[in-house]
Amino acid sequence: MFSKTIKLATAGAFSVLLASASITAQAADSSKPIVIPTHNWSSQVVMAYVIGGIFESIGDTVEYVPADSQAVYEAIRNGDITISHEVWQSTFGKSFYNAMEKGGIIDAGTHAASTLEELGVPHYVVENNLCPGLPNWEALKDCAAVFATADSGGKGRILEGPQSWHGDLMPTRIKALGLGDKYVVKFAGSADAIWAELASAKKEGRGIITFNWSPNFTDADGFDFIEFPPYKDGCRTADGGDGSCGSPKGWLKKAANYKFPKTHPAAYKTFSKLSFTTTQVGQMAALVDIDKLSHQEAAKKWLADNEDVWKPFTE
Amino acid sequence: MIQSIRHSKPLQFAILIAGFFVLCFFVTPSENNFLWRLPALIAGLPAIINNSVEFLMFDWFPIETYNVEIEDYEETALLQKITRSISGLILFCIEFIREILLGGVKTIVAFTSWDYVRDNSWAYWPALPWTVVAGIAIALGYALSGRWLAVFVGLATIYIAVFGQWEPAMETLSFVLIAAPLSVLLGLAMGVWAYKSQSVEAALMPLLNVAQTMPHFSYLVPVTVLFGVGDHAGAIATVIFATPPMIRLTLLGLKAVSPEVIEAGLMNGCNKVQLMFRVLIPTARHSILVGVNQVIMQCLAMAVIASFIGAKGLGFNLLLALNQLRIGQALELGICIVLIAVVLDKLSLGWANKQIDYFANLGFVERHKYGFIFIGILLVGIALAYLGTFIFEGGINYFYLIPHNKGFTTENFWQSGVDWMVDNWYQGLQTFNKLLIIDVLLPMKNAYLSMPVSATFLLAMGVGYIIGGIRSALIVGGFLLFIALTEWWDRALITAYMATFAVIVSVVIGSIVGILCAQNTLATKTVLLVCDTLQTFPSFIYLIPVIMLFGVTDTSVLIAVITYATIPATRYTVEGLRNVPVSLQDAGSMSGVNRIQRLVKIELPLAVPHIMLGINQTVVFALFMIIIGAMIGTDDLGQYILKALSDKNGIGNGLMLGLCVAFIGLAVDHLIQTWAKERRAALGLA
Repeated sequence: MFSKTIKLATAGAFSVLLASASITAQAADSSKPIVIPTHNWSSQVVMAYVIGGIFESIGDTVEYVPADSQAVYEAIRNGDITISHEVWQSTFGKSFYNAMEKGGIIDAGTHAASTLEELGVPHYVVENNLCPGLPNWEALKDCAAVFATADSGGKGRILEGPQSWHGDLMPTRIKALGLGDKYVVKFAGSADAIWAELASAKKEGRGIITFNWSPNFTDADGFDFIEFPPYKDGCRTADGGDGSCGSPKGWLKKAANYKFPKTHPAAYKTFSKLSFTTTQVGQMAALVDIDKLSHQEAAKKWLADNEDVWKPFTE
Repeated sequence: MIQSIRHSKPLQFAILIAGFFVLCFFVTPSENNFLWRLPALIAGLPAIINNSVEFLMFDWFPIETYNVEIEDYEETALLQKITRSISGLILFCIEFIREILLGGVKTIVAFTSWDYVRDNSWAYWPALPWTVVAGIAIALGYALSGRWLAVFVGLATIYIAVFGQWEPAMETLSFVLIAAPLSVLLGLAMGVWAYKSQSVEAALMPLLNVAQTMPHFSYLVPVTVLFGVGDHAGAIATVIFATPPMIRLTLLGLKAVSPEVIEAGLMNGCNKVQLMFRVLIPTARHSILVGVNQVIMQCLAMAVIASFIGAKGLGFNLLLALNQLRIGQALELGICIVLIAVVLDKLSLGWANKQIDYFANLGFVERHKYGFIFIGILLVGIALAYLGTFIFEGGINYFYLIPHNKGFTTENFWQSGVDWMVDNWYQGLQTFNKLLIIDVLLPMKNAYLSMPVSATFLLAMGVGYIIGGIRSALIVGGFLLFIALTEWWDRALITAYMATFAVIVSVVIGSIVGILCAQNTLATKTVLLVCDTLQTFPSFIYLIPVIMLFGVTDTSVLIAVITYATIPATRYTVEGLRNVPVSLQDAGSMSGVNRIQRLVKIELPLAVPHIMLGINQTVVFALFMIIIGAMIGTDDLGQYILKALSDKNGIGNGLMLGLCVAFIGLAVDHLIQTWAKERRAALGLA
């Protein structure tokens, strides 16, 4: 009886000790590396190294892992990857929310950059007046032939991203706007396929309508988004509408594993404050795509040039 | 009448085709007509697979552990614990090799902790200078196979270093150096096991069949769920892909060992272990080495795909380069992959062919010659690297590590080549493209889609019956039934249309090239080398120029598929023709046939069974590439497999779609194998 009390007492004392030790430990981040995913487009990779650099500046260790941009959310959920810093609304929103529904992944705030993910044409199409009236969508009615391709059967072809990005959104919109018998929507298999078509079209100076987004490296060459009827709530078929409206200004979110705030409280605070603008995202991409720096160098240069931007995140 | 039908295969085929068209004309297309489309009875299966895997992974047998970092109890399922321990072990091995080559802290962390490394800045493992790694590789080449291999290894390592791809190349190498031996050992062990036990062999064969025909994209999601994301996941996916041919070839080699050899071993008093390692495996060495060669090729062929789930290195950089449309850079990276494949292949071949000289009586220095050479290289390399710190300015020491993309590059040359192609060929190709799509591809696709399910079954099972009797008919029918009961039958028809077109063109090109090249020894060697190169050369690279020329169309996909699927068609034709017994050729010549007659009347008929196996491989290669072609943009099974990467039921959908593709391949495989076997027996080749 007596010995049991002693045991209990020592156990109690230990747990108090442990608790106090862990309180002091909580202030500092774990020394385990924060795993940052790298995908296959420049701004994302540079931003990964930028964020890694910011984490390192506050004493954290980081590690970079290449991952598929769709499969990454499942990996964050399971804790194999800690964060994702470029969650595009229309391309990854679905994967992100699917993972969130299963649990294990949290929304770590939104960048200041507002994004636009919409159909559009390269700037020379407007400049050379290939389809008079663009970027207003009504102009499309009279120039389907300008955008025709070998497999479009005389109709204009609209090159949409992979179907996994936003399902039948574009075909529905085209039909709802009454362009259904003049245009066909072709799903590309990957972003690379869109860039390759854009590059090839530019050489020929031929007309092309593709899905694209901004900020993106294509901004540098000039890309004009088509002005569809403005987005309003309840317009999309999922919300009961007919889908005859353009895309809303989209968000660019950050995601993290649910344990991240607890394991790396300081880093998490920084990460949730962190917010880049459209221009800044563009700068990061341009350092690689236009100045041809390597991704690491670009990140280093950006961090050195923009200390006033990122220092406040860490405070 | 009935007698003549029974004995005339052409007549049987004619009746079959007639029946097929009757069904095509008279079955009305409607949702409720089971002769038109079967109901999707197993559409719910993906969700079931998905839920059971997730249950096993996350909920079954939970073990509660205290996580110090989040100060809370965490539940981890037993299976997850197990798979993550495997991941950890594999990752440790990869990191260990990687840090020898490139430096790092993870190995030290594995024995201490991250805190320790953070607090002790000296705790960093330095990289070996690239000159040392290159020197050792060259010396190894010399030791294993002589001067020429040393020269080749030297050129390859210098290429990789000079082009500034040293770091990614070593990252890829470190994961291949784990994945390849693991595949070889696993393959060898399973092969031996299957050799010893009939029932194991019977159980293993269908698994191997599926594993070899299932597109790799379809098991990426399951692998990430089970093992996580990272180099280890890439390595595991690679092992799944690379082991089956090793198992098959081991088994093949062991079975071919003649009973006399085994008897001789037993008479000399071998025990079971000795018999296996001293007699059977050395005798079966030729087949086993072909297996090792295949493993290495497959491992590097996976380098790009493994980077989808976290493998660092050349593959990831290649995808990045392609996203920026830097085809020149992607090409240089692709060449690095091929070079690593060839170097590893030649080194392993040299090692396996090295005979131990039991009678050499050498002095201490002679015996440890290579040990001294290695130490010498190490010292010279380190001295050079040290010297380099004084020579080079700007923080880059070219004698130590050449940073990524800081080397020499021919990018502009290739880039302008691609630009030139697009500038000059686009218009001309466009006419061809339009013609092909409108007059051939679209009608063909529509024809496939307007085929009633009953007609497809009649045709496939009928062919099965004619070739291999009722058994073949049932096997082929079973494969098709599985696909027909999913909700993806139409998608599968589109895949089938692309595969048919690609296989026909590939076989025509492949057999013509093969027949021409087989006439000459030098041409044979060259064409086989080209085949090896193209097989490891990442197909992703030519997707981009093809899209630039042909747009996001089926033409682009098919061109990529044909480029890849022509490899086995060519290879097997060459091999088939070269392996026609000389005695039979001589017999023909003596009977007075001329060269053309000998080819047409003797060599080709004898080579046909082997060529048919090539067609079998062509089908498998075509299916694989059609799935990768989904990255261009298709509306077949491949599109759905890519989509599974983000699906809610990703595991289930990926696996089921993979099975659909595998079953198309296996149905064709079964028909061809059965036919080839019968044909060989008839020709007295078996």
